[in-house]
Amino acid sequence: MLEVREKIDVAIVGAGHAGCEAALACARLGLETVIFTMSADNIAFMPCNPHIGGSSKGHLVREIDALGGEMGKVIDKAFLQSKMLNTSKGPAVHSLRCQADKMEYSKEMRRILEAQDHLTIKQAEVSELLYEDIADESLKHQGYERRITGVKIFSGIIYEAKAVILCTGTYLKSRCLTGEAITYSGPNGLQPSNLLSASLITAGIELRRFKTGTPARMDGNSIDYSKMEEQFGDDPVIPFSFDTDPADVQKPQVSCWLTYTNEKTHDIIRNNIDRSPIYAGVIEGVGPRYCPSIEDKVVKFPDHERHQVFVEPEGTYTNEMYIDGMSSSLPEDVQLAMYRTVPGLENCKIVKCAYAIEYDCLCPGQLHPTLELKKIRGLFSAGQFNGSSGYEEAAAQGLYAGINAAMEILGKEFLSIDRSEGYIGVLVDDLVTKENLEPYRMMTSRAEYRLLLRQDNADLRLRSKGYEVGLISQEKYDALLKKQELINSEVERLKKTKVGANASMQSFMEKNNSTPLKTATSLAELICRPEFNYDNISEIDPDRQDLPADVKEQVEITIRYEGYISRQLRQVEQFKKLEKKLIPADIDYNDVSSLRLEARQKLEKFRPTNIGQASRIGGVNPADITVLVIYLDSIKRGQANEE
Amino acid sequence: MGNILNSFNDDTICAIATAMSDAGIGIIRVSGKDALSICSKIYISGKREKDLLSHTPNSIKYGFICDGDRIVDEVMISYMKAPHSYTCEDVIEINSHGGMLVMNEILSLLLQSGCRLAEPGEFTKRAFLNGRIDLTKAEAVMDIIEAQNRFALESSRAQLSGNIYNEVTSLRKDIIYQMAYIESALDDPENYDLTGYSDQLKDKLLPMINKISSLLKSADEGMIRKDGIKTVIIGKPNAGKSSLLNALSGSERAIVTDIAGTTRDVIEETVRLDDIVLNLIDTAGIRETEDLIEKIGVDRAKEKIEEADLCLYVLDSTSDVEDIDKDIFKLCEGKKTIVILNKNDLTPEIKISKDILPMLFSGSDTIDFPVITTSLLNREGLDDLKAAITDLFFNGDLAPKQEIYITNLRHKKLLEEAAGSLQLVVESIDKDLSEDFYTIDLSNAYSSLGEIIGEEVGDDLVEEIFSKFCMGK
Repeated sequence: MLEVREKIDVAIVGAGHAGCEAALACARLGLETVIFTMSADNIAFMPCNPHIGGSSKGHLVREIDALGGEMGKVIDKAFLQSKMLNTSKGPAVHSLRCQADKMEYSKEMRRILEAQDHLTIKQAEVSELLYEDIADESLKHQGYERRITGVKIFSGIIYEAKAVILCTGTYLKSRCLTGEAITYSGPNGLQPSNLLSASLITAGIELRRFKTGTPARMDGNSIDYSKMEEQFGDDPVIPFSFDTDPADVQKPQVSCWLTYTNEKTHDIIRNNIDRSPIYAGVIEGVGPRYCPSIEDKVVKFPDHERHQVFVEPEGTYTNEMYIDGMSSSLPEDVQLAMYRTVPGLENCKIVKCAYAIEYDCLCPGQLHPTLELKKIRGLFSAGQFNGSSGYEEAAAQGLYAGINAAMEILGKEFLSIDRSEGYIGVLVDDLVTKENLEPYRMMTSRAEYRLLLRQDNADLRLRSKGYEVGLISQEKYDALLKKQELINSEVERLKKTKVGANASMQSFMEKNNSTPLKTATSLAELICRPEFNYDNISEIDPDRQDLPADVKEQVEITIRYEGYISRQLRQVEQFKKLEKKLIPADIDYNDVSSLRLEARQKLEKFRPTNIGQASRIGGVNPADITVLVIYLDSIKRGQANEE
Repeated sequence: MGNILNSFNDDTICAIATAMSDAGIGIIRVSGKDALSICSKIYISGKREKDLLSHTPNSIKYGFICDGDRIVDEVMISYMKAPHSYTCEDVIEINSHGGMLVMNEILSLLLQSGCRLAEPGEFTKRAFLNGRIDLTKAEAVMDIIEAQNRFALESSRAQLSGNIYNEVTSLRKDIIYQMAYIESALDDPENYDLTGYSDQLKDKLLPMINKISSLLKSADEGMIRKDGIKTVIIGKPNAGKSSLLNALSGSERAIVTDIAGTTRDVIEETVRLDDIVLNLIDTAGIRETEDLIEKIGVDRAKEKIEEADLCLYVLDSTSDVEDIDKDIFKLCEGKKTIVILNKNDLTPEIKISKDILPMLFSGSDTIDFPVITTSLLNREGLDDLKAAITDLFFNGDLAPKQEIYITNLRHKKLLEEAAGSLQLVVESIDKDLSEDFYTIDLSNAYSSLGEIIGEEVGDDLVEEIFSKFCMGK
């Protein structure tokens, strides 16, 4: 065959949730981008659960949207049901979650990719990475050994590219396991990608094997919903995207259903646990603790009499129902018996079996905080390939890697989001800094500064960064500045405006079951009382302007939780001090003589960019950090003396 | 860059480890990877052979320190091999016959042979950095070096043995458990139930706050025991304040005279009554002029009194009670005060006796302050003074009453912060806020406690602590 060489800027390997965001970011920043997929008909496919968002994942979607990503906008078009979770708790843990119409989601994302300038979809298996040795001394100094030059696909055609972003998801050398039945395929029977792993290993990339799993899909006609609790969506629906008009998302919603496992279910599982490939030792990959199979739950919580099972629609195009909470890799005969013990599923018919899937992925300690490989200039990676799990985690990384690949090509400053600025920052930092021995799932507990990183203020936190990199338009940015200004001035006004302890005020207080005022009190102080909120004090606040709902929400949160917010801000100040102490890229840890051996090895392995990151590496203790700080100070002093 | 690395931790340091005096024996300590080879350059054994390099670890050798052919001193040398030494490095201790001249000469020989002079506290700093001791222990070493009295020494030793470390660690364990529970419940509500949790948490927090409070209470007494009692001497002109000062100082440095302002001395000085340390403030004022109240005014006097932990109010028992005495008396209200009726040796002239004093001042049979009688010129009555102070500050018993005393201001401050944070969690519970708010203040409490023992990376903390260290320890 004649050698064909296509010249492009960026090659995206994989068109899942990470790949789509990465591709759109690069193309929108003007770079010629090709997105490779094993199946163009399965773009942004959701091979596991049918939802977008949920606890902490909803935060990620909001952040993606704030930065100029696509996930929020697509789900706003493709959702079947929407719910704000945890509303009984504080605003930090409120999370939006939507049931998705899987087909609609995939089709909508494909439409957007196809409509995007500079972006081409290519159905092909990428079989080889192309690279050359680095000649540039300063890059060598930074630790780079190679530079990416492109990819080769199975047919032999070469795509010369300045950057390559690996978003291979669960497709690399994947195999699916249902008990003793093993198929060498990608998720949902799709074709796996068997060639690329070898090329990655040749390039010096360390790979490992992870596993994840999915429950069965049932024939909806075989389910008796009368034995389950119906779960409705919210009214009104709050859109995911900051750019979606709330009026556009008010529509009839589809219900989900709640039922429970019972002792019979658990007995069947216990009696057949030796037939689970995980417990039988057939699976070598490590699975996610936080997304456990029903086998894991039964083993881990032997005292629990039941576990929740949510029965959720896969879409309007099918009557398949997703059995959330009962993922499994037990053999099909055990699955049938086990599912049929659950109320409402007594006569269920399985359309698709539950299965576990094993795949190759990367040890993300090999990545810079930009998601570029430390040793290969121009090679980025994102998503499940980086050892995460979840659509939202993947999309967030895809966007982040896409932006940074583009910044590198355009010679602009990298996008950086730290742990105090966004869940994306927490996600990326955790991935590149911690050992992560299992698929990484986002959780609110991972974010130390949770109260600052709310889903409701993602735009205020991150939109300016999206604007700086060029994914947020001037118009949207101006709107953001206006919103911030409105919030600030309204908070200020409420703090300044006082109401006197007069008779009419006292009767207002009494009417609202509040204690009488002792002295003149600001409106802000009133809002802090649990019985009041921004809206219900409007009658004693005649001067107020009519403000948009999102502004009012921010005003109320800012005032009500001021003390907590300011204490978190102080924590952030401490955090930033250590983040600002940079570690030179060419540091030789052998020179830091009093480091313990374990700390030295870990620091050498992760090569953190600053002291804060170093302090989060497992096996590096505070005394090691002290040693490092003193060492860096002594270098600084030495340099100052030389000058 | 080589130099910088050498000046970091790769080099070998030395310092005189004992007090600089003409005591019988002095120790020079050398630590670092070249300790043995450097010392061998200046040492010959009792058998006049240079065989230090074959020194068996943890043993003592007899020999001589030499400058070329000249013998400087006869010494015993002990060798502790890394990591089984104080610094976790190779350590040599040279026990010399002391004498400042000889010690300095040995030290300069070591410096010429490749050692660097240790910075203040550097041995302990290395011990800390090499993981030999935790931060509280490092601080305890500093305290032992500086210990002014037996209590301070005991308390530092207790700290060195890990008492505070253990207390703080157990508090932190309790806090992290609660944080973990809340986080688990937030992430996995199906399996971790938060119903009724906040009440349970409150029940757990209150004893923790009490625990910290009692540590803090011990801090006040502990710090007074360790650092001394801030004391002000007040009284009318010529009542005997200077005499008291002299009696306490145990020297005639200050001249006691009837003419005010004959001496000008230090502003604050430390005196000892056996195991009680008094830090006397504004002694210059007393020596400059007896006329404290009239000269500096009642407001200044009030300031001084407020600043102090203890007022020693000296009254001349041979003079009449004037209005100004009553003014001073008022100033002392609410302060730990001891009234010293001085000049009781001049029996015939006594106008104020212990018996009538309460009536003269408060018009009743009793006053709130202990009263003692003294003849300060003859140094009589100091035992009574000591007993009165012991009553006021140590419940009459100078022996330490509990195992742990917080004697460090940094620890005290961090404990206060931790207690404050836990209190905020209790407030959040009382305000019915949801559990996700609790973790903010729980984690602050956890960090504050962690900073005490160095488990939390503080910013410039370590440098600050070590810069206070003495040389050679």
